[in-house]
Amino acid sequence: MQGPLIDTLARQGITRRTFLKYCTTLASMMALPPMAGRAMAETMAAAKRPSVIWLPFQECTGCTESMTRSHSPTIEGMIFDMISLDYQETLMAAAGFQAEEARQKAMKDNMGKYLLIVDGSIPLGIDGAYSCIGGRSNVDLLKEAAQGAAAIIAVGTCASYGGIPKANPNPTGAVAVSDIIKDKPIVNIPGCPPIPVVMTGVLAHYLTFGSLPDLDDKGRPKAFYGDTIHDRCYRRPFYDQGKFAKTFDDEGARQGWCLFELGCKGPVTHNACATVKWNGGTSWPVESGHGCLGCSEPDFWDGGSFYKALSTPADPLKFVAAASVVGAVAGVGVSVANRAKKGAAKSAHETTTLADLEK
Amino acid sequence: MTMNALQLLTWVRSTGLNIAIAIFLLGVLWRLFEIYSLGRKKDLSAPRHASGASGLHTVFRRSLPPLGMLKRSPVSYIGGYIFHIGLAIIVFLFAPHILLITNLTGLSWPGLPSQFVDMTAVVTMAAMVVMLADRINKPVKRFISTFEDWFTWAVTFLPVLTGWMAFQHVLLPYTTMLALHILSAEILLVVLPFSKLFHGFTLFGSRWYNGRVNAHKGVPV
Repeated sequence: MQGPLIDTLARQGITRRTFLKYCTTLASMMALPPMAGRAMAETMAAAKRPSVIWLPFQECTGCTESMTRSHSPTIEGMIFDMISLDYQETLMAAAGFQAEEARQKAMKDNMGKYLLIVDGSIPLGIDGAYSCIGGRSNVDLLKEAAQGAAAIIAVGTCASYGGIPKANPNPTGAVAVSDIIKDKPIVNIPGCPPIPVVMTGVLAHYLTFGSLPDLDDKGRPKAFYGDTIHDRCYRRPFYDQGKFAKTFDDEGARQGWCLFELGCKGPVTHNACATVKWNGGTSWPVESGHGCLGCSEPDFWDGGSFYKALSTPADPLKFVAAASVVGAVAGVGVSVANRAKKGAAKSAHETTTLADLEK
Repeated sequence: MTMNALQLLTWVRSTGLNIAIAIFLLGVLWRLFEIYSLGRKKDLSAPRHASGASGLHTVFRRSLPPLGMLKRSPVSYIGGYIFHIGLAIIVFLFAPHILLITNLTGLSWPGLPSQFVDMTAVVTMAAMVVMLADRINKPVKRFISTFEDWFTWAVTFLPVLTGWMAFQHVLLPYTTMLALHILSAEILLVVLPFSKLFHGFTLFGSRWYNGRVNAHKGVPV
């Protein structure tokens, strides 16, 4: 196993064995056969560093932070050494015209071959003027960059589904990458932020097999988003036993009981947090005592309170009093009408016939 | 733009629930007022007395099959018992359902393990399917069945089926299934006050009434 990547990794103190182990883990996480790990390691070690252009739109840089600072020194970070990251505003040294030039050059030189990574949503309001880079709107930049891209990776919930900028009332008219680009393969890696290993997993898959991994109906890699948080949660047995924490610091919470009643959205959220965890496998939100917010699902921000259980009303009931009054009034009204009819029948000495009883 | 699963779920948890509970309350109050204000002419005859003849006796007695009927119509009785008790367990003893009731009314009580409720749902659905088959197979039952009978069966069966399918992850993703489950329960809430399902509210009242009238005549029914 030889190649530019191995040399770089070796210089940074990462042995060949560690790299091979990492690739095997990655392969097994993506439910690929055991041989795939070795294939991945070999291909990536010798990879020709494909050009990658990373466009940031309406975002908070949280996704970039997640990738680059996951744990240090990071193999995930090292994976970035096997790609030629030709444009990434946060990480690149160049600025201004130089930066724009680098982007144009990378696009021209690698026409039809480069990977386009996007984080952040794209505003369409007032002709996209809510977010511009170098005087050009995000939608304009995206359309231009997408033309020559081999594939697009939408990193984070904003790029995947519009995310927080798209939250009601969506002042900027934010949309997802897939709302604009229809003719390129798009992989969504949602999460706020997404898990670093998912990102590198997709990159590794692309580099090794030259194709994108299997996706679910929301464009997410099935290997990482195939299960719900709830189904993989280590607190799941408590849900099944009916043991729920009632507050964040009661006895149940200390015992690690299920957070369903505190509003956990784990049952409707597809992500790999419960298995991969965060910060190098240290912990994850539910383990640290807070319910899942559902950040890897479309429109999670508008899915009702984060602290209300899924089986309870998302909003307080509004029409209860009015409906009760209307119902009671209608009932009394009909009663009065019935009594009047009865009184009239009685004074007219009407008789009851068999036909009346059949009514 | 089409609605995604989470948006549908949020809708059924907010607007949908709002509408369903409003119609439910409106209908229940309307019909209870209407039914109980009807009144009957006073029976002026002297009351006769017989042991076991009273409103209260009838309330309980009508829950038991009359002599020989269990043998003649076992499906109706046994199946009826199973699915009514099953529905009660599912609706009132499944933790997420209790949570909803607590949220709406402030009342709370302990639930049963979800696997037990899961099993109960299977048994309940089996009993309902057997009863439906019986209704179709028995000529007399079929003859006296109207659209309302088939419709209310479906409206009752669907929430159990979709809830169980959501729990078991059958056919559709959990989010979609949960949304459909809540939607089907909301349809049930809307239909309940205006169909024969209203017996849930009037059952014991009407039994007591019949028992009381017959007790006056000295007949234990």
